[in-house]
Amino acid sequence: MSPQETVERALAAAEGGDCVVIAEEASTANLRWAGNTLTTNGVSQTRQLTVIAVDKRADGVRAGVVSRAGVRDDQIEDVVRAAAKAAADGTPAKDAGDLLGAGAADPGSWDEPSARTDITVLRDFAAALGDAMRAADGAGRKLYGFAEHELRSTFVGTSAGLRARHDQPTGRLELNAKSADMTRSAWAGASTRDFTDVDIAGMDAGLAERLGWAQRRVSLDAGRYETLLPPTAVADLLIYLYWSAGAKEAAEGRTVFSKPGGGTRVGDRLAALPVTLSSDPAAAGIGCAPFVIAHTSGEDTSVFDNGLPLTRTEWITDGTLAALASSRHSATLAGLPATPSIDNLTLTSGSDGGSPTLPQMIATTKRGLLLTCLWYIRAVDPQTLLLTGLTRDGVYLVENGEVTGAVNNFRFNESPVSMLGRLAEVGVTEPTLPREWGDYFTRAAMPPVRVEGFNMSSVSQAS
Amino acid sequence: MDDQESRIDEEFTALPLRELADAALAQARTLGAQHADFRAERTRNQQIRLSDGNLQRLYDGDDAGLAVRVIVDGTWGFASAVDLTPDAAAKAAREAVDVARVAAAMNTEPIELAPEPGYGDVTWVSSYDIDPLDVPSADKIALLAQWSRQLLGHDAVSHVDATLNQVRECKFYSDGATTATQQRVRIYPNLTAVAIDGDGRFDTMNTLAHPAGRGYEYLTGTGWDWDTELAELPGLLAAKLRAPSVTAGRYDLVIDPTNLWLTIHESIGHATELDRALGYEAAYAGTSFATLDKLSTLRYGSGVMHVTGDRVAEHGLATVGYDDEGVAGQSWDLIAGGVLTGYQLDRRMALLKGFGRSNGCAFADSAGHMPLQRMANVSLAPAADGPATDELIAGVDNGIYVVGDKSWSIDMQRYNFQFTGQRFFRIRNGKLDGQLRDVAYQATTTDFWNSMEAVGGPQTYVLGGAFNCGKGQPGQVAPVSHGCPSVLMRGVRILNTAQEGAA
Repeated sequence: MSPQETVERALAAAEGGDCVVIAEEASTANLRWAGNTLTTNGVSQTRQLTVIAVDKRADGVRAGVVSRAGVRDDQIEDVVRAAAKAAADGTPAKDAGDLLGAGAADPGSWDEPSARTDITVLRDFAAALGDAMRAADGAGRKLYGFAEHELRSTFVGTSAGLRARHDQPTGRLELNAKSADMTRSAWAGASTRDFTDVDIAGMDAGLAERLGWAQRRVSLDAGRYETLLPPTAVADLLIYLYWSAGAKEAAEGRTVFSKPGGGTRVGDRLAALPVTLSSDPAAAGIGCAPFVIAHTSGEDTSVFDNGLPLTRTEWITDGTLAALASSRHSATLAGLPATPSIDNLTLTSGSDGGSPTLPQMIATTKRGLLLTCLWYIRAVDPQTLLLTGLTRDGVYLVENGEVTGAVNNFRFNESPVSMLGRLAEVGVTEPTLPREWGDYFTRAAMPPVRVEGFNMSSVSQAS
Repeated sequence: MDDQESRIDEEFTALPLRELADAALAQARTLGAQHADFRAERTRNQQIRLSDGNLQRLYDGDDAGLAVRVIVDGTWGFASAVDLTPDAAAKAAREAVDVARVAAAMNTEPIELAPEPGYGDVTWVSSYDIDPLDVPSADKIALLAQWSRQLLGHDAVSHVDATLNQVRECKFYSDGATTATQQRVRIYPNLTAVAIDGDGRFDTMNTLAHPAGRGYEYLTGTGWDWDTELAELPGLLAAKLRAPSVTAGRYDLVIDPTNLWLTIHESIGHATELDRALGYEAAYAGTSFATLDKLSTLRYGSGVMHVTGDRVAEHGLATVGYDDEGVAGQSWDLIAGGVLTGYQLDRRMALLKGFGRSNGCAFADSAGHMPLQRMANVSLAPAADGPATDELIAGVDNGIYVVGDKSWSIDMQRYNFQFTGQRFFRIRNGKLDGQLRDVAYQATTTDFWNSMEAVGGPQTYVLGGAFNCGKGQPGQVAPVSHGCPSVLMRGVRILNTAQEGAA
C-alpha cells in the first residue's frame, strides 16, 4: 500500500475522530572509510506510520501518539486504535488547538510515488574516492571519512482535510586527512543533495595543503585570541544558539533569552554588526519542509501544528533578536507571533559592499588563530549560554596575512550570544556542513567570522 | 517454553524468525558470501514528558526490521529491510552482496572474524520485575504528575520538567552456529526543578536517579529512594541559587559515583575502545591516547585504580547474553593497578590484533545499522574494606564534594576533559560547608586518574549510566552502565564558569 493510501486508510479508521497521520518512507546508502580503506557500509529502507489521536472531552483535549515502523496493511487499524487508547489514557494537552485543514499547506506532488535512493548514488563517488585513497597512500596521507545519502518522503494528513507532502534529500560528505604518523590532521565537509556536485579530488588537494601548513609547529598557551572561525564552526555555534532560542523557556525565565524580571529579550541588540540569522524553507541549495512536521509535542513544538505553513523567519535582524522558535501554543505563552523551527539556518553579514572571503580575511590578519572546526560542544551554563568544546583538525597561526604554522588544539569556553557581540568582521556566506551537529542538522549557510578575544580555556594534547 | 522464553514479547517470537534467517543466509551463501549473519529486531519505547505537572508528550514508538551482514571476497556488505518476510530477507541478502561489490573498490584490508563457539538455539532475558510497557500510561503519568506537584509545592521551585523513557528491546541473531533470542528492558526517570530569583538569576537541579536495566519497580521503591530524593531536592536547589560563586583554583575533590560514572565513561570507556585506538573512528568520535603499543605499560592512573569491562552485570545497560556477533557475555580487566591491560573488542579486531577471542562488544542499535564495537559496562572497582564517603571527605582540608552529572566534554583523543555537576559542596577541614555555584573541573585524563588517592568501599558503589551514548557514522546510540565508588582526588583544576563566560 502506498503511503498516500496509508494516510487515507488510517484517517478512515479514526471514524470521524480528530486525527493526524504522518506516513514516511526513507531510504539511505552510506560508505565509511578509515586509514585508506573501507570500514563499514550499508543501505536501508524504512517505512514509518505515526498516528496522533485527539480525544476531546469536557475537561480538555487529549493527544496520544503511536509511531510504528514497517506497519503491514492489515495493521493500520491497530495503530489507530493504539493511538486512540493512548489519548484516552492521557491527561489534557495544554497545546491543544484546531487541526490544520485543506488548503492550509501546499499539498506538493501528493500523488507521486515516494522518492528512493540506493547504493548506486555513491557508485561514481566510490570510484573517485578509491582513486583519492591510492593517491593519498602514495603521498603518505591517510584518508578517513563518511558519505551518506538519504531520501525521505513525508505525507501528512489530518481529519480536517489537510494533505501535505515533502521530499527531503539529505547528503553529506566528511573527508579527514592525516599524516602517516597521525600527528597532523585536516578536515573538510560538504552538504549535498545528490552527490553530483562533490569534488573529492579538490577536497583532498585542499587537505594536503593544510597538512603542509602543519609541518611547522607552534605551541601556544591558553588565553583569549583574535580568531577566524570558518563557516562550519560558525554553524555549530549558531545551531546551538538556535536550539536554545525557544519561546516557552525564555518566557519562563530559564534561558539566556529571558529578560530579567519577566518576558523575553526579543528586541534586544545582540550584535554590533548588522548580522541577520534566518531560516527559510525555500533557501537555495538547503531547502527543507515548508510546513510543520511534528511527531511529538515539546516545549516549542506541537502535534496540533502539523501542516502549519513555514515561511522565511528572521531570528536575528540586523544584530537584534527578532524571534524565538515557538509552536502556536508557546508563542501565546510568550506573547510573540508563532514562528516554528525550520530545518535550516543562514547567517548573513548585512554588509552593503561585498563581504570578504576567508582567504581575504587571512590576508588582513596581523596576528590571530585560524580554526578548521569545533568538536564536542556542550552547554556549561544556560544563564549565559556558555558552551565548551574543542578545536579540531587544524588550528593555524596567522601572522602578517599568512599562515605561518599549526598550533596545538584548545578547549574553548565561549557563549555564541556573547560572541555575536564581539564580531569584528563577517565574511561572505556560503553553504557549509556543520562538523559537530551534522548528524542532526546538515543544512546551513554561514560566513567566516573574525571574533575578538575568543576564550581558549586550556590546551588539549589531542592532535 | 521455559520461564525466560515466556517473558519475551509474544508478537516478536510469533514472527517467522528462523524462516527469515534461513532465507537470508541461504541467499547469501548462494551468492558467494564467505560469512553471513542475520538479525531481526523489534524495539518498543515510550516517552512521557510533563511540564509543570501537565502532560506534554505521550509517545509510543515501535521499530522493527531485519538486517543481513555479509563478507564477500574480504569486503563487508550490509543491508536492512523493514518488512519481516522471507522474500524481504532474501532481497536484503542480495543487496548486502551488491553493497560489498560496490564497496570493494575502496577496500584494502580483507575482513576475517575471530572464532567463537556455536551456542545452538539460546534465549536470554535481562533482570527486571515489571515490564514498564505493560504498566498503564495513566498510572505512569499520574505518578510523574504527583512528583511534579510535590516539587512545585516548594516556594523555591518555579518549574518542573519530568520525563520517563522506557525501552523493551528484542533481538534475534543467527549465523547458523548460534541462534540467540534476547530481550532487554530499561528505564530512565528524571525530574528537573528550576528556581528563578527576582534578579533574573536561575538555576536547575536534576534528580540523581540514573537510567537502569530495571523495570517499573525502579519507580516504586526498588533500586532508588525516590521519597528521600524528592523531599531533599527543593531545599538543595534553593541553597544552590543562594550559594557563593566558586573561586577558581586547585582543590581536592571527593567525587560521588553519581558524577564520576560519566567521567569514567568519557575518559576510560571510550579511550579503551580498540576501534578508536586503531583509528576507525578517527574522522568522527576520534581516536585514543591509549594506543595499542601502550598495552601493559601505560600508567593510566594510581595503584588503587582497577577497571573492568563487562557485559554481565545485573541491571547493567550494556548487559547481554550474546552480542550482535553471537559472542557470549564476559567480564575482563581494562586497567589493573593503574596500568592499561585490555580493550573492548569485536570479532574482527580480536583476530586482526591477536587477542584471540572477542570479548563481545559488538552492538547495533537497530536493524537499520551495522554492528560496531560499542561500549561494555566499564566500571571502577571499590576497595574491599574501603572508606565511606564521609570518611573520604574527612581527609580533605580544602576541597569540593561533587554530586550528580551535568555538562561534559572531552577531546578527540580523550586527553582534555571538562565536567560540571548538579551539586558542589565546599569541604573545609574535613566537613561539608554549604554549596558552591559555577563550578567545573578540567583535567587531562592520566593526570586526573593518577591524582586518585583513595577509592571508597562497596557501601559507596553505585551503578550509573547513560541511555544514549553516541558513536559511529551513521550515528548509533547505545545504553551503557558504569559502576563506581566515591573517590578522593588531589589537586584538580576548578574553573569558575561565570568568569569563563565573561566577555
